[in-house]
Amino acid sequence: MEKIGVFVCHCGSNIAATVDVSRVVAAALTEPGVVHAEDYPYMCSEAGQAKIAAAIKEKSLTSLVVCSCSPRMHEETFRAAAKKAGINPYMVEIANIREHCSWIHKDMEEATAKAIVLARAAIQKVHRNVPLFPGESLVTKRALVIGGGIAGIQTALDIADAGYKVDIVEKTPSIGGRMSQLDKTFPTLDCSACILTPKMVDAAAHPNITIYTYSEVEKVSGFVGDFTVEIRKKARFVDANACTGCGVCQEKCPSKKAMSEFNRGLSTRSAIYTPFAQAIPNVPVIDTEACIKMKTGKCGLCQKVCQAGAIHYDQKDEMITEKYGAIIVATGFDVIQLDAYDEYAYSQSKDVITSLELERIMNAAGPTKGHLERLSDGKAPKHIVFIQCVGSRCDDHRGKSYCSKICCMYTAKHAMLIRDKYPDVKVTVFYIDVRTPGKNFDEFYRRAVEEYGVEYIKGQVGKVLPQPDGSLLVRGSDLIDNRQITVEADMVVLAAAIEPEKSVRKLATMLTASIDTNNFLTEAHPKLRPVESPTAGVFLSGVCQGPKDIPETVAQAGAAAVKAIGLLAKDKLLTNPCTAQCNTLLCNGCSTCENVCPYGAISYDDQEVNDHGKRETRRVASVNNALCQGCGACTVACPSGAMDLQGFSNRQLIAEVDAICR
Amino acid sequence: MSIETNWKPKIVAFCCNWCSYAGADLAGSSRLDYPAEVKIIRVPCSCRVNPMFILRAFEKGADGVILCGCHPGDCHYSTGNYYARRRMTLLWSLLDFIGVEKGRTRVEWVSAAEGVKFSTTMNEFVEKIYSLGENVRLGDLRCKN
Amino acid sequence: MQELVARLKELLSAGTVDRVLGWKRGDSDWNPEPAFFTSVESLADFVYDGFCGANLSKYMIEATAQEGRTAVLLKPCDTYSFNRLLAEHRVVREKAYVIGVGCRGKLDMGKLRKLGMKGIQHIEGADAFAGDTLTVDTAYGKKTCAYQDALLDRCHVCKGKTHVVYDEVIGASADTTDMDRFAEVERLAAMSPEERFAFFQGELSRCIRCNACRNVCPACSCRKCVFDGDSFDSAQKANVDSFEEKMFHIIRAFHVAGRCTDCGECSRVCPQGIPLHLFNRKLIGDINAFYGEYTAGETAENKNPLVSFTTEDREPGEGRNA
Repeated sequence: MEKIGVFVCHCGSNIAATVDVSRVVAAALTEPGVVHAEDYPYMCSEAGQAKIAAAIKEKSLTSLVVCSCSPRMHEETFRAAAKKAGINPYMVEIANIREHCSWIHKDMEEATAKAIVLARAAIQKVHRNVPLFPGESLVTKRALVIGGGIAGIQTALDIADAGYKVDIVEKTPSIGGRMSQLDKTFPTLDCSACILTPKMVDAAAHPNITIYTYSEVEKVSGFVGDFTVEIRKKARFVDANACTGCGVCQEKCPSKKAMSEFNRGLSTRSAIYTPFAQAIPNVPVIDTEACIKMKTGKCGLCQKVCQAGAIHYDQKDEMITEKYGAIIVATGFDVIQLDAYDEYAYSQSKDVITSLELERIMNAAGPTKGHLERLSDGKAPKHIVFIQCVGSRCDDHRGKSYCSKICCMYTAKHAMLIRDKYPDVKVTVFYIDVRTPGKNFDEFYRRAVEEYGVEYIKGQVGKVLPQPDGSLLVRGSDLIDNRQITVEADMVVLAAAIEPEKSVRKLATMLTASIDTNNFLTEAHPKLRPVESPTAGVFLSGVCQGPKDIPETVAQAGAAAVKAIGLLAKDKLLTNPCTAQCNTLLCNGCSTCENVCPYGAISYDDQEVNDHGKRETRRVASVNNALCQGCGACTVACPSGAMDLQGFSNRQLIAEVDAICR
Repeated sequence: MSIETNWKPKIVAFCCNWCSYAGADLAGSSRLDYPAEVKIIRVPCSCRVNPMFILRAFEKGADGVILCGCHPGDCHYSTGNYYARRRMTLLWSLLDFIGVEKGRTRVEWVSAAEGVKFSTTMNEFVEKIYSLGENVRLGDLRCKN
Repeated sequence: MQELVARLKELLSAGTVDRVLGWKRGDSDWNPEPAFFTSVESLADFVYDGFCGANLSKYMIEATAQEGRTAVLLKPCDTYSFNRLLAEHRVVREKAYVIGVGCRGKLDMGKLRKLGMKGIQHIEGADAFAGDTLTVDTAYGKKTCAYQDALLDRCHVCKGKTHVVYDEVIGASADTTDMDRFAEVERLAAMSPEERFAFFQGELSRCIRCNACRNVCPACSCRKCVFDGDSFDSAQKANVDSFEEKMFHIIRAFHVAGRCTDCGECSRVCPQGIPLHLFNRKLIGDINAFYGEYTAGETAENKNPLVSFTTEDREPGEGRNA
């Protein structure tokens, strides 16, 4: 006979302030099968768990219902407590009376009544629970890092240093990412390349790291500990082993009019190119859209001049299939398109630029060799206006509702660098708020204002008007003086919002990792599991999870690495026992379920079944529990009800429905 | 409406563990309230919801049933919500055909990050059910005297 | 029919097949019964005429589970059901010898009664292939009517004269379509929800749960029906609850959605005359409209619209006036 114990948590006052826990206890005791019910301020505490263990022992409980916070929070805790006290951990059900009840209702009567119903549903469900036993699966001791920016590089280095093999997949021809495009970094004004390049070199030289640049993840299958990933290594048309990186091909290439992606389209490059001088690997790629040989069949100059014989116009994309135990997403960000912000005249004037473009202009390897000049006429600017929050904290459809987090600091950096190098140039910043919460950040911003004389105006810009003489009229409001102002500038820099790399959506689908409405990957828990995806074995590193600066990115990259190492260090994982099961007596052998299984976990074969004494061989379904992930698609496709899902069985769910509608 | 008659609708919300159940958790931790009439049943995926569960709920006295899953393309199991979408499209259409009021059934895609959407959806749905009043038709389907 | 019987004798005597699944004379002219014939002699009782509406494909589940080969007589529309059973591995193709029999539409006794014929004793002219007039002996004298006027409703929306699976075809078929298959569904759809509800409530209230619809349906062929098991806690005969009583037909329609070939047997056999096929036809119409034209059983492929999807599928409830 089932003996159910019900444990109602107060969660301090989180639950008890809105739910009368004593009434929940009393109501639970009236349910058939419930032999014990009690409430306690903190069920998840050691003392709370001890109470559960004691009740299991005293009352010989066979199953438990814990009325507490979300099962996503403490289901594991209570399952472990049950196991320790000798009950199968899957004989535990949680009634979510905090997130789904006490926190959203204000009326005690209403919340208590609802908590009683939720408890009742869990009790009815647990009546139909059966002990489940997890299987085991092996862990492939190799990690995949998707994205070769600073986040991916750091994660890969940390995992590799711990002794595990790591592959980095980077879609552009070189690792380095956005950080390689930056000139200086806040708040110390280090040269970005000076601190990044050594890490790039370390990654390339590390015996445990394999780097696939100019490559993309095409397909992901499998699950935590045992992912199979197909990587497309796009044809470079250059043999990476033979190439010596001499650069002659790039010099001789007659097609030099392609836009440099690295310089954000502000300069041109040859058709055969490495994106920047410190690129790793230092092996060029041929841009087929710009290459004359590729387009017309004539030319072939690079092949002729290559002494290493490394150039092969017939090179094909290569597919690599590799197994991984853990996958870390480090896909980073891009700045938003500014087409919708016509009021800032970005597409009308060459002298209205984004901050990332300014970054290239300020850089010695950039389009102007580091000289601050107007792109329209090459003249030195006299007055530069920075406009903050272009598309950030923006509630309309054009922009992003979130704060891009890095703009206040890099704008202070830009302003300071310009004032330092060109003391005659006036710098004005239009801002909504200046947000500088970070170590030495506010001090940095104050230096810009106090030591470098940067003019900060609290207010938004309504319009930038390009003038016939090439200057730019900036119309905005000064909220502190409460007046409309017009500033004459000759350069305007827009702090465009950042957004996750476009490709991350497709990748998230492949990884079955959750993604939010802004295309940032979702954490397993916003506070307690910030570097893990809810999908086991997938970890988050850098801006793909949310806007962050370099120090934060590096910190998170390390954290993601540790989580991945923690997984790779295990030889075996326990698998989720909540998988589909076929009742062979009911199975028609119709193969319908096979059609909807996303994991190919269902197969059919002839089995001998004993149908109430009648032995016969029938074609029936069987589920490979190592492959089944427990979605339940088959259970509904099955017309006869032969397929059922352990832990969420038909009888369990119907019991919940009945209890709620009672 | 029926508000004066103390009648409170019974509303069952089937929520996918990976998205809307977490969305409901987020609504909770963000204190975004919605009516207590909504009771959530956790399922691993929207594709786990058998039409029989929904009909059972109606037959047992539910006044509204809502199914929440991951946005199409974002299913934790890749394809589950696509199957759920077809099943529910046909079920809703069939229920409409036999004369069950359209507003009693709803499917909404709510991600784990959409606590606000979860709360708004539930508020809207409950309001709709109040406006429709008690569900008598499904309970009465075969009970003409 | 002579040609047909001769061929069946040949198949049996040559040992090509071990038994024949067809119809034998019933207790009245209009009531032939599905039957197995295992010898040439037993074929004396064999009949194939206008009253052989029954779809025999479902019997092939049991037949092909036996030793030996079974010849089965399937009308063009029956072959769609047979294909579905093939797709679902319910029948063994190698153990079946499919004789596609010609069909010019089958007869409905209900139609004769509607024409005012009572006390029917004997019917002539119901030949499977020839004759335009039915001559009916009734307790009140001889009456006649056109063969065409006594066709089953489903024959007015015939699937056509093609057998989609066969080993050989005997006898000519005619496409008897002269009505819009979805007209009745559309007529109901145009009503107000209240009217529709009243209509279905009225119809379903007559159900006596005899299970005839379930027993005859080739798609509804589970080894054990969910309504007879406890896997959903839905029904045990000892405590039959109103759930299955009320929802039986809706759930049944949903279980066969995407698999139902619209053979119409459910309505034909319903002793209460409930137009059960309307549920199926509604779903078929929706599937066609939402996911593209689909005819269940056209091929023996086991992909149906409910186990498929496209990423652009419509949303539930879309296109309805909310």
